Amino acid sequence: MIIPSTTAKEKNRGITRRGLMLGGIQVGVFGVLAARMRQLQVTQSDQFRMLAEENRINIRLIPPARGLIFDRNGKPVAENHPNYRIVMIREQAGDAPFVLSELAKIIFLPEERQAKILENMRKHSAFVPVSVAENLEWEDFARVSANAPALPGIITEVGLNRFYPQADDYTHIVGYVGPVSDRDLERIENPDPVLQIPDFQIGKTGIENRREDTLRGTAGTSRIEVNSAGRVMRELSRIDGADGADLQLSIDSDLQHYAQYRLADQSAATVVMDIHSGDIRAMASAPSFDPNMFIFGISTTNWNALLNNEYRPLADKTISGAYPPGSTFKMMVALAALEDGLIEPDEKIFCPGYHDLGNRRFHCWRRGGHGRVNLHESLKYSCDVFYYEISQRVGIEKITAMARRFGFGEKPDLPLPAIAKGLVPTKQWKQDRYGEAWRIGDTLNSAIGQGFVLSSPIQLAVMAARIASGRKVEPRLIQRVNGVPQSLSRAPSLGISEENLNHVRMGMFKVSNENRGTAYSARIAEATMAMAGKTGTSQVRQITTEERAAGVTRNEDLPWDRRDHALFVGFAPYDNPRYAISVVVEHGGSGSGTAAPIARDIMLRALYETQPPLSAFPRAIRSKMREQRANEPPPNVTAPVPRNDRA
Amino acid sequence: MSFIAPTRSQAPQGLRKILHVNWPLVLLIGAVSSFGFLMLYSVAGGSFSPWARPQMMRFGAGIFIMFFVAFTPIGFWRSITVLVYGGGLALLLAVMFVGDVGMGAQRWIDLGFFNLQPSETMKIAVVMALALYYDWLDPEKVSHLFWVTIPLVIIGIPAALVIVQPDLGTAILIVLSGAVVMFLAGVSLWYFAAALALGGGTIFAVFWSRGTDWQLLKNYQYRRIDTFLDPSLDPLGAGYHITQSKIALGSGGVSGRGFMQGTQSRLNFLPEKHTDFIFTTLAEEFGYVGSTILLVLYALIVIFCAVSAMNNRDRFGALLTSGISATFFFFFAVNMAMVMGLAPVVGVPLPLVSYGGSAMLVLLGAFGLIQSAHIHRPRGH
Repeated sequence: MIIPSTTAKEKNRGITRRGLMLGGIQVGVFGVLAARMRQLQVTQSDQFRMLAEENRINIRLIPPARGLIFDRNGKPVAENHPNYRIVMIREQAGDAPFVLSELAKIIFLPEERQAKILENMRKHSAFVPVSVAENLEWEDFARVSANAPALPGIITEVGLNRFYPQADDYTHIVGYVGPVSDRDLERIENPDPVLQIPDFQIGKTGIENRREDTLRGTAGTSRIEVNSAGRVMRELSRIDGADGADLQLSIDSDLQHYAQYRLADQSAATVVMDIHSGDIRAMASAPSFDPNMFIFGISTTNWNALLNNEYRPLADKTISGAYPPGSTFKMMVALAALEDGLIEPDEKIFCPGYHDLGNRRFHCWRRGGHGRVNLHESLKYSCDVFYYEISQRVGIEKITAMARRFGFGEKPDLPLPAIAKGLVPTKQWKQDRYGEAWRIGDTLNSAIGQGFVLSSPIQLAVMAARIASGRKVEPRLIQRVNGVPQSLSRAPSLGISEENLNHVRMGMFKVSNENRGTAYSARIAEATMAMAGKTGTSQVRQITTEERAAGVTRNEDLPWDRRDHALFVGFAPYDNPRYAISVVVEHGGSGSGTAAPIARDIMLRALYETQPPLSAFPRAIRSKMREQRANEPPPNVTAPVPRNDRA
Repeated sequence: MSFIAPTRSQAPQGLRKILHVNWPLVLLIGAVSSFGFLMLYSVAGGSFSPWARPQMMRFGAGIFIMFFVAFTPIGFWRSITVLVYGGGLALLLAVMFVGDVGMGAQRWIDLGFFNLQPSETMKIAVVMALALYYDWLDPEKVSHLFWVTIPLVIIGIPAALVIVQPDLGTAILIVLSGAVVMFLAGVSLWYFAAALALGGGTIFAVFWSRGTDWQLLKNYQYRRIDTFLDPSLDPLGAGYHITQSKIALGSGGVSGRGFMQGTQSRLNFLPEKHTDFIFTTLAEEFGYVGSTILLVLYALIVIFCAVSAMNNRDRFGALLTSGISATFFFFFAVNMAMVMGLAPVVGVPLPLVSYGGSAMLVLLGAFGLIQSAHIHRPRGH
């Protein structure tokens, strides 16, 4: 039992005094704690409450779905396909290399790819999500989602990806999209925040690029509550964005596919245009490539292959190619002379095969000459001397002025990048450019579309359309935006007398439909569909006097890039024109031999809107056509979606 | 201080002891623990698992232990004090070799059914040992240098063992509790002045040793001190705990967000939300009013203990009661100061509220000692 010690009383007094001292200290500590509580929870409460909101609420962008692109018949040209992708946030991953190596056990993720992802993450802030894998198979995606708790920082999401079902056919018109690059961001003055989404796709070329604003839409925002690990707890509110607008092109996919097929692997371009509305029905540049390989970033091998190909597949030759128009330019000279009354339609000019100007001799393409030719015949035979003669009467300024009325030297207003302006020279231009005076010889060269004159296939098609319609037709690629037809007013008249135009049209008719016309062998045999046209063979080199004396080297014996360009422009049917066409085959040899048959085939396809009957072709080539058709591919079938072959 | 006037000179026997229990103290302990259950239920997102249910079961077991200890005569506890202290030291040594490593520190011994944290028991053992020592020692000699050295050794050995675990928070609590018992026993104030000077010198040495081969603390402890001094240095790294804790506390405001409405703890912005930082959840959900109520409850516990000690003429019982209540006081004062950004984050739980088995059981056992001293205090004049 407890026996209190004798001195308990005195001892306890001591404890009591010290106890009071301790109590005093404790009261002081209580006071400090209570004061601090008051300071945090009462005085500074508002400030902390704000910080707490910031902790909790995140604003996340909802990327808009990119507008779709259709052809004139509603056939899809650019679609969006769901993209099962994986992104990673370094900040949440902790040990990022470890998480990636864990991930590699579940999905295919080679070491080099892992290294690239890590490097990419180092370049960005810790909280920026970086793409790890795109376009996964659903099974892989599901596997990663199921293992998400074991993979910190790994986020699975479903995005939309561009897909071009018609592969090569629309590469140059529609272009392609690709992940937004740092360079893209630098170029844009006021970047849309949506561009900060990792690997957000923007248009890189073609309509995708030029109509980016229309196609992109606006991002929505979602206010979400997150925990400190960044995991979304719930959505607090959402402001819907607007998806991009759909575009409907004037292009006819079947014709486009045929044109691309007909140009095959030559370095060539063709444009088919409605002569009334200006709608471009087909616009093919060959060789082409599959734009789908750009969507996730193209491999270096593929890129170099495209870049180093001497046929320049990356360029859209229909708009960016600038070629001497050659004899296709002669209509401009003829019209300039006719309009000024400097030549009568039935006036005959003698062609001995050459034209002497001072001590310089200008040759006709036909060494023996054409004899006496009138205007119609000059076009039919493509007599150069005739144009040497009349160009001297008209002068370069009037020729240039006429050419400009037909669209030469002007950029057509199309939603495409890198449109060539071409060139029609004036005396002033030469003075400014070369510091040299214009010489008559320059006029003569220009009269046959050589020398300084440069034009693109689209300009040539526009010229043909304007000759056929007599109106200032403008080319058009986009018919509808989000289903709303784009206004189309009837093109104003060119103000050129119908009579003079008819003379030129008649000359072009004879080119294709009369014996000895330069394109007679490539005529349309069906009378109601008859085509009027003009061939052109433009030199890319100077033929020296010595060479001419030794006999001009045949094209086939020259290296490819020294051969002549082959050109053809035309419209059909002659009686009631609907379409204008231009064909340029780079270094293709001759307009009549190479370009004209291509133009005839594509034009027939446009006129019949399907495979034309054999009776539409000249009797001589029908058996050859029959053979060709056996090898022709079926109309373009939508290719299956490629998956994970470039993740 | 009892509700039945002590008319008998003898301590109560048998079931009559129930009438002599310090019931207000029991009720206060129950009230504080209930705060804990509410908070653990809340931080689990409105669920009894994984924290609230085990905590309540341990509380039940703890209350049983408390009454068992309370009804056992205080003389028995005094007689086994040396054993408790020696056993505690042995366990501390054992934990160095067989302890589980948790949170970068060796603190637990896995007994199979229960993770024993010997440093928890040691805090109480040191207080018991010192109370026994000063009860035995002639009060005239308490300030004699030799008789001051002995308690320093009693405190120093376990403190050193705990600090190498390393568990700075518990070591500090052991030293402070021991110092309080020495203070109450009447050791000359000059010794305390000297100790403060020594402490200041040690702090200087600790900082001066930093970066050298013999640096006295682990890097994480230095970092905690750095970020305590300026949490904004690394708001997403080492200072994250304090910053987030203050945000949660402050955003509660006067009335709080309401029970289960706290966002900061639920969304994982708070570290160790169910243990060391549980006070922030309470403060966020119940606001200034709630946190003040908890503070007042703690204060009442300390006051009831102090009054009990002052009325106890048994020197052992009085010193034991004061020492334990001081330990308890330092416990919550350090924890609250820590979460409010007034002290470094040293890893001290909030007593009776934080989730944790050892602490709860040991603490209730210690209150049992206070009750035992209260029930069996000498009566009569």
